[in-house]
Amino acid sequence: MAQGIRDRVAIIGMGCTHFSERWEAGAEDLMVEAVGEALTDAGIARDEIGAAWLGVFFDEQSTGKSALPLSVALRLPNIPVTRVENLCATGTEALRGAVYAVAAGACDIALAVGVEKLKDTGYSGLPERTKGTFEDLYLPASTAPGAFAQLASAYGARHGHSMDKLREAMAHISVKSHENGARNPKAHLRNRITAEQVLAAPMIAYPLGVLDCCGVSDGAACAIVTTPRKARALGKRDFVTVKALQLAPSNGVEMGHQSWDGSYTLTTRLAAARAYAEAGIRDPRAGIHLMEVHDCFSITELVLMEDLGFSDPGRAPHDVLAGRYDRDGAIPCQTDGGLKCCGHPIGATGLRMAYEIYLQLLGRAGERQLKSPTLGLTHNLGGIPNRNVASVGIFGLAA
Amino acid sequence: MSLGAYVPRLRLARATIRQGMGWLSPPNARVPAGERAVCDWDEDSLTLAVEAARGCLRGAPVPGAVALASTTLPFADRSNATLLATALDLPAATETLDVTGTLRAATSALAQACRRADGVATLVIGADAREARAGSPEEMEFGAAAVALLVAPGGAAPAGALAQVRATAHIAADFVDHYRMEGESFDYAFEERWVRDAGIAKLLPEVMGRALARAGITAAEVHHCALPVGTAAAQPLVRAQGLDKARLTDTQRGVCGESGVAQPFVLLAAALEAAAPGDNILLVGFGQGVDVMVLSVPRTHPATGHRPLAAALARRREETSYTRYLSHRGLLDVDFGKRAERDNRSAASVMWRKSRQVTGFVGGRCGLCQSVQFPKSRVCVNPGCRQSDTQADFRLADVAGRVKSFTEDWQAYAPRPPSVYGNVEFDGGGNLLMDIADAQAGEVKVDMPVRFVFRIKDLDRLRAFRRYFWKATGV
Repeated sequence: MAQGIRDRVAIIGMGCTHFSERWEAGAEDLMVEAVGEALTDAGIARDEIGAAWLGVFFDEQSTGKSALPLSVALRLPNIPVTRVENLCATGTEALRGAVYAVAAGACDIALAVGVEKLKDTGYSGLPERTKGTFEDLYLPASTAPGAFAQLASAYGARHGHSMDKLREAMAHISVKSHENGARNPKAHLRNRITAEQVLAAPMIAYPLGVLDCCGVSDGAACAIVTTPRKARALGKRDFVTVKALQLAPSNGVEMGHQSWDGSYTLTTRLAAARAYAEAGIRDPRAGIHLMEVHDCFSITELVLMEDLGFSDPGRAPHDVLAGRYDRDGAIPCQTDGGLKCCGHPIGATGLRMAYEIYLQLLGRAGERQLKSPTLGLTHNLGGIPNRNVASVGIFGLAA
Repeated sequence: MSLGAYVPRLRLARATIRQGMGWLSPPNARVPAGERAVCDWDEDSLTLAVEAARGCLRGAPVPGAVALASTTLPFADRSNATLLATALDLPAATETLDVTGTLRAATSALAQACRRADGVATLVIGADAREARAGSPEEMEFGAAAVALLVAPGGAAPAGALAQVRATAHIAADFVDHYRMEGESFDYAFEERWVRDAGIAKLLPEVMGRALARAGITAAEVHHCALPVGTAAAQPLVRAQGLDKARLTDTQRGVCGESGVAQPFVLLAAALEAAAPGDNILLVGFGQGVDVMVLSVPRTHPATGHRPLAAALARRREETSYTRYLSHRGLLDVDFGKRAERDNRSAASVMWRKSRQVTGFVGGRCGLCQSVQFPKSRVCVNPGCRQSDTQADFRLADVAGRVKSFTEDWQAYAPRPPSVYGNVEFDGGGNLLMDIADAQAGEVKVDMPVRFVFRIKDLDRLRAFRRYFWKATGV
């Protein structure tokens, strides 16, 4: 097997904007804000960056295509900039580009930026998008909540959970994330909510009510990466290294083959298995101290607990309700409020997750700081359960 | 000869119309009785016709020609019959013809199909879903339906035939009881009493007499009169022929409403479902002239109990909202939100390339591992196979299905919210994320058996175009 990237790349600086309805800011403002924080954090100058990766999903309304939005906004000195897009895994994909460049020795210091300006659409929720000239002819005009809501009916049927029981566990997930989000000054939604409020919220796509859905926000996040040797040369003592970065896109099996029953996310399982192998983790329940997973909807987070190997099959509702993934549980999940409270500026989300792990590992998470975690996981699921791109990142303190 | 019938599931009670528009009438006006069939937002005369044709062709020989008769075909210039033949996945060599312009389009097409000298069997379909202004008499009277007949020309009726056409007679007369100009949505109708006395009573007797004479029977030997005119006009007419009014086939006004071009065929279907072996049926088409046909049910006809019209009428759901009906018909300017602004521009090149897949619902089946998949693709989807160029065409339209997961989406743009869709599994392999038609909140369950129906997929209002695809519906 290939060597992988475990401990070959260090994160020496990160930045993240306030995720919110940033009516006053455009995508370029958000990028400048996030990168400014990261440069200060890393203690380097802008022109020390050798190459950059930009992740943005809705280029048509957010930034426009190509490398230019980042290169122009930061007035970068004409270094190579690559624009990437991989659905909701876009931010993690930008990071993967930067990390691989450093690991390959192609550059000393690389920058990964993810940004999304969602609140210029003129309405709530994600904008409509075309599925392409052929698929528009036959696929339903589905929405993100409608596509993910189906996990609930299939999961309930597979494991014999009534929808009431499932919704109770889903409600706990949202309540927990709001509890965490209230402690994160960069979160969009900082209000605490109750399970009763979640269950009584207006229906968006059965069985998801509005409080089962993540927020829609503007934001940017970024990471500056280099080799551990260079990090030390820059005077960094405690720093975070990348233990694994894995990606698994669907190949059509879930959409077109009966082997998938709709109750789980196949790609998450594949990406997680590879990431654990790359990071040298045998038992994620023992090794991972905290995680930021793709909680676009409450039901997604629930099934992910099984797909990532933290709950046994069919047991996620029980574990969730038992508080296992709460802030004070065995494996805290979404300590910054997750997509639920930070919202989901698509290109930025993967890097926002990494930012939270980074802060927690370095003991810089303020009011929400956990007790000395050393290994954290990020996960994105881009697309819909039927067809998606899953990414799993594992980050830890340098040995 | 076989027969298929389809009536849209939604039924609007005339009392519901009155509730919405009653302010136009005097307060003591009688509440009108019965209900009429109305199209769902994703149905039109083409989708009704496809469903009737599928019923007609189930277990029947493949026709060599298709005649689609209607005054409300969706395309004025694009062969609707060809689109229908593609949806039915008929051979490319099929002759296709749209027949339109008069309410006797279906009976005229039937007469022509009977006279074909080359022995080619024709699928003749009468389908209509006419629009009516809010508050108009037509709004109360019009229904929607489609009936398909498989017609084999030539001498003796083949074994198992439902009926034999014994004689036809025609008259052309530019008698304008109503009209609709090209590009207009609504009919303009003239006084019913004049139509009855100067039109129906004057034009029909002579041509009816001619048809009966050709068939060699007398009026007294007619057991069923399929007369697509109102009871007020039909009763004096049959009385003048010396017939008991009990021989008039019910107009289905109470359960379906007047279905335009389809109406004579609806009455024929009703007559056939009531007929005994040996019965004679008088079938009339009326519209700027008259078509009359005399049909006989073979004495050897076995009583199969197959009643497609009765079955179609029995599949019903009440449309409880008058304003929703208006919205479906485009008669109410509803704000569906900004998601409804989505552009649905179609790529003609893709539609042609994928015509059989999308319109005919033809997927692929791997010749190596037998995995069924939609869409058909170059590389097999089966994770244990993944071989290239192994798939043969495999039609999914008539395969049974099952819901694996679903949602009721209130956020997506849907003309009739919620938008219901889900993962649907095909018996024998394959699955697809599909729209689920005819479903209301709370009705769909995991494991629910489904079948597939041809429906409007998207409306492109910007370019006045509509796209069709198949949807799952509860069986």
